[in-house]
Amino acid sequence: MRLSYYPGCSLHGTAHDYDHSVQEICKKLDIDLVEIPDWNCCGASSAHMTDHEIGMRLPIRNLMLAQEAGHDILVPCAACFQRLCAADKAVKKDPDYWDITQYNQEMKIVHISTLLSKPEILEQITALTTKPLADLKIACYYGCLSLRHPKITGAVNHEMPETLENIVRAIGAEAVMWSHRTECCSGSLTMARPDIAVKLVGDIASAASRAGATAMVTDCPMCQANVESRQLDGGGANKGLPVFFATELIAAALSGDYPKKQQKVHLVSPDVLTDLFLQPQATREDAA
Amino acid sequence: MNNNVISPEMENRKFLSKLETMNIDVHACYQCGRCSSGCPVSDFFDLKVMEVVRLASYGMEDILLKSNTIWLCAACETCATRCPNDIEIAALMDVLRSLALKKGITPAQPRIPIFHQSMLDSIKRWGRAYEVGMIAGYKLRSGDYMGDMKLGLDMFKKGKLNILPHSIKEKAEIKQIFSGKGKEYDR
Repeated sequence: MRLSYYPGCSLHGTAHDYDHSVQEICKKLDIDLVEIPDWNCCGASSAHMTDHEIGMRLPIRNLMLAQEAGHDILVPCAACFQRLCAADKAVKKDPDYWDITQYNQEMKIVHISTLLSKPEILEQITALTTKPLADLKIACYYGCLSLRHPKITGAVNHEMPETLENIVRAIGAEAVMWSHRTECCSGSLTMARPDIAVKLVGDIASAASRAGATAMVTDCPMCQANVESRQLDGGGANKGLPVFFATELIAAALSGDYPKKQQKVHLVSPDVLTDLFLQPQATREDAA
Repeated sequence: MNNNVISPEMENRKFLSKLETMNIDVHACYQCGRCSSGCPVSDFFDLKVMEVVRLASYGMEDILLKSNTIWLCAACETCATRCPNDIEIAALMDVLRSLALKKGITPAQPRIPIFHQSMLDSIKRWGRAYEVGMIAGYKLRSGDYMGDMKLGLDMFKKGKLNILPHSIKEKAEIKQIFSGKGKEYDR
């Protein structure tokens, strides 16, 4: 399978490790990624929140670049995914208005979890897993933009999604049922109003803890950074739940290794995962 | 809540026709309150989402543009997703923010549009978001010098922030987008 790849700015900055794990596992799954040449920022969320024209024309430029290659586009960032989908809908609806003369109607924009949770890929992931992440209780956290608005994202089950749960189960971990899976963490406000982010993230993380989770997993780089960092600001006795990328967990399960370099990028200690790779099975059972 | 008088004289027809062209059917609202009850930021708003929709249907733009709600909305799209009448509430918020900026109305939450502007400046300049430049721009303009100092340093130490920007090749195309491409023929 060959796909165009739109990493987006976060994956070249704050979430550079997300980019690495996406590339690593795609290679193992025989998915060939071709980065869209000279891609630009999709503008999320500042552009569409303040200027409709700029908010559409930025992602449209990426679609035009991608259609030259002709493949579907893989997008790991939920925010970028939603903007590219919105631009795609806009172009299809009124190409003249957006000055588009030719557009590949067949080209699909695919969010990473949709791709990875396809039955045949899940099977492949399970088959390639060398170290199942047994004992890891995970709260799958979707946030907003890979799901909403479903008219834009095409998300089938936007109130009760299952893609992340299916991925987590495929690598042998346990997905807990919990309440805040699709609640907003207010990532777009986190810099200007950290107090709001601390409140929302606090609610989300404590809901995950109450459900028995020792870690969270997400597929949005904004959520990952916001939920880890604002938990620490919230204070309290709880030292916080680490937030992993789904691809980060898959990479670890497939390779049987959770490298030091990767452990270090977390703001909240990723020990729950690190420990799985350190301790031999017997010791863990003894401890239990 | 606020105690503003609502009267037909305050109806702004231009505003209403703008919403109409964008297919934001605020008149379809029957005040069920699903938008407000699902809104994650509602506790911090001066106008609840259902009030925003109702005031919009009255064409009462002035109150809306001065509210803190339009800036505190996180664009999570929960309201629009759950609206039983399919009102594009999230798009309404976008329209309100952009109108407030165009009209130069002092924002009730000044730091938020400053953040957006810093982000857009970075994209305009490099074609991609350059986080360090964006943060510096935001800090200088907002006067919020000390906020998140520790977080910034931690992220830097963890290699999450690139010191240098990455520039795309065809910056001219980005400039064109920012100079109002598509709006040339507007009145």
